[in-house]
Amino acid sequence: MIDLSLVSDGGIGWLDASGAESHLVLSTRVRLARNLTGRPFPVRGTAPDRERVLDAVRAASAEIPTLNRAHCIRLDGLARIDRQLLHERHLVSKELAMPDSDMSPRPGAAVLLQDGVALMLNEEDHLRMQGLVSGLSLDGAWRIVERLDSELGQRLAFAFHPEFGYLTSCPTNVGTGLRASILVHLPGLVLTKEINKVLQSLVQVGLTFRGLYGEGSEVVGNFFQLSNQTTLGKTEAELLDHLAKIVRQVIGYEERAREVLLRDAPGVIEDKVWRAYGLLRYARALSFEEAMNLLSGVRLGVGLGLITDAGMYALNKLLIFSQPAHLSAGAGRELADDDVPARRADLVRRMLDTEAGRSNGG
Amino acid sequence: MKCGNCGEREAVIHLTQVQEGEAKTVGLCEECAASKGIQTQAAATETPLGGFLAALWKGPDPTEEVAQTGPCPGCGATFADFRESGRLGCAQCWQTFAVPLRVLLRRYHGATHHLGRRQDVGPSASDRSREEVAADLKGRLQRAVEDENFELAAELRDRLREMP
Repeated sequence: MIDLSLVSDGGIGWLDASGAESHLVLSTRVRLARNLTGRPFPVRGTAPDRERVLDAVRAASAEIPTLNRAHCIRLDGLARIDRQLLHERHLVSKELAMPDSDMSPRPGAAVLLQDGVALMLNEEDHLRMQGLVSGLSLDGAWRIVERLDSELGQRLAFAFHPEFGYLTSCPTNVGTGLRASILVHLPGLVLTKEINKVLQSLVQVGLTFRGLYGEGSEVVGNFFQLSNQTTLGKTEAELLDHLAKIVRQVIGYEERAREVLLRDAPGVIEDKVWRAYGLLRYARALSFEEAMNLLSGVRLGVGLGLITDAGMYALNKLLIFSQPAHLSAGAGRELADDDVPARRADLVRRMLDTEAGRSNGG
Repeated sequence: MKCGNCGEREAVIHLTQVQEGEAKTVGLCEECAASKGIQTQAAATETPLGGFLAALWKGPDPTEEVAQTGPCPGCGATFADFRESGRLGCAQCWQTFAVPLRVLLRRYHGATHHLGRRQDVGPSASDRSREEVAADLKGRLQRAVEDENFELAAELRDRLREMP
C-alpha cells in the first residue's frame, strides 16, 4: 500500500481543528480549474496527450516553491485500495480516483501533494488546483491557490478566452474556474428540523450543498459542504465574499438552534450526546453510517461543552481514519468487508480511550 | 459493430479523434472505453451534473443552427457529443460552439462574460483597489458600447452599479 507519511502533513493538515470556528467548520477548500492550450481536455485526449500534460505540469511544479517538494502519485498505477485511501482523505475526487472500481483510472491521472495543496492532473480538466485549510478561512485557502495559479501561470499557457475566461471541459466551471467549499457540521439545524429551510434558501442565493465527499455524495453525520454554484460573471473576490457572508449566516442559525435545544430540551440533548459517546466507547461493531451519526452526536456534545473527554482533532481524525481503506492501511492488509465494522469499533474505542485518559490527566 | 480495441464485445460508443489532421472514427465497448479514460454516455448522465445539463436543454431548442455546424476542428467533437456527455472536447470547442454555449451560460450562470482574473493581467481582482476595479470596468464598458456589444455593456453597467 502507498505510504502517505511521505507527504508533508500526510495531506491532512486541514483536519487539525486549528482554524476559525473549528467546532462547526472542519475545513475550507478552494479549487481552480485550468487547462493547457493546444491539448484536448482529458476526457477526449489520448493517453500520450495526457502524458504530455503531466510532464509539462511536473516540470513547471519543480520550479515553484509551492510545489517543488511535492509528492507525485499516479492514480493509473495504483491498486483500488490505495486510490480509495486518497479519496477518503479528500485529496482526490471520485472521478479521478475511481475508488469503487477495479478498473484503472484513465492513463495520466495523477495528484501532486504538498502542504495544503492537492493538484489533480488529468481529472475532468488538465489541472484542478486545490488549497485546503482547517476551519473557516476562505482567505487562507484562496491565497494558496492564487499563488499557485500565478506561479504556474508564468510557466504554462492556460487556455483563456477574452469573453469566457478560463476554459473548462464543463461549462458549469468556466470563467473563474473557482469552486470554494466549506465543510460544516449542522446537527442543531437538523434536530430542530430547520435544515431544509436553510438549504432551500442557499439555493435561492446561488449556492449549493453536497455531502461529505462532494458532488453526488450523500449527507452523512450532519456534515454539509456549502459551495458556490456559478463561476462566471463575477470576480473571484465577489464569489468568495458572497459565500463567506452566507456561511456566516448559516453558522449563526446553527448556533441559535443549539441555544434553543439547550434551553427547551436540555435533558433530551444531554441524553442524546452521552448515549452516542457511550455507544462509541463500548460498541464492538460499527457500520460507517452508524459511526458517522454517533460521531456527530459526540461532536455536538463537545461543541456544547457537555462532553470534555474528547477533542475536536481526535473527532476529525476519526471521520477519516474510520473509513474502510484507512482501516485496511492501519491493519497493514486489505480487510474483508465483514471485518470492517469490528475494526472500526476497535479504532474508535482506542482513540476515545486515549482522549479520555488525556483529559483526565492520565 | 464490434469494439475496435478488443474485437470481442459490442461497441457502445463511437469516438472521432483528429490525428495528424485526419479525423478517424473508432467504436469501443464500455470496458475498453473506460480503460482509455473515455466517459461513456451512461456514466456521464449518472452524475447530477449530467442530469442537470440534460434538463437545461429541455424545451424549445435554442440552437437549431448548430445542426449545421460541423465538428470542432480542434478535437473532432460534435455538438451532439457535448449534449450527450455535458463535456467539451478542447479549448477550440468554445469557439466552434460559441453561439449555443452563450445560451447555456446565460441560463446557468446568468452571465456570459468573465470578470475575474485574466491570464494576461498580473494582479487579481481581489488585490486591486475599488478604484482600479471601477476604472477597469468603465474602460471595458466604453469599449463594449463602441463595439455595439450591448449584452456585455449591460452586464458591465450592472456590475458598476452593484459595486460597494
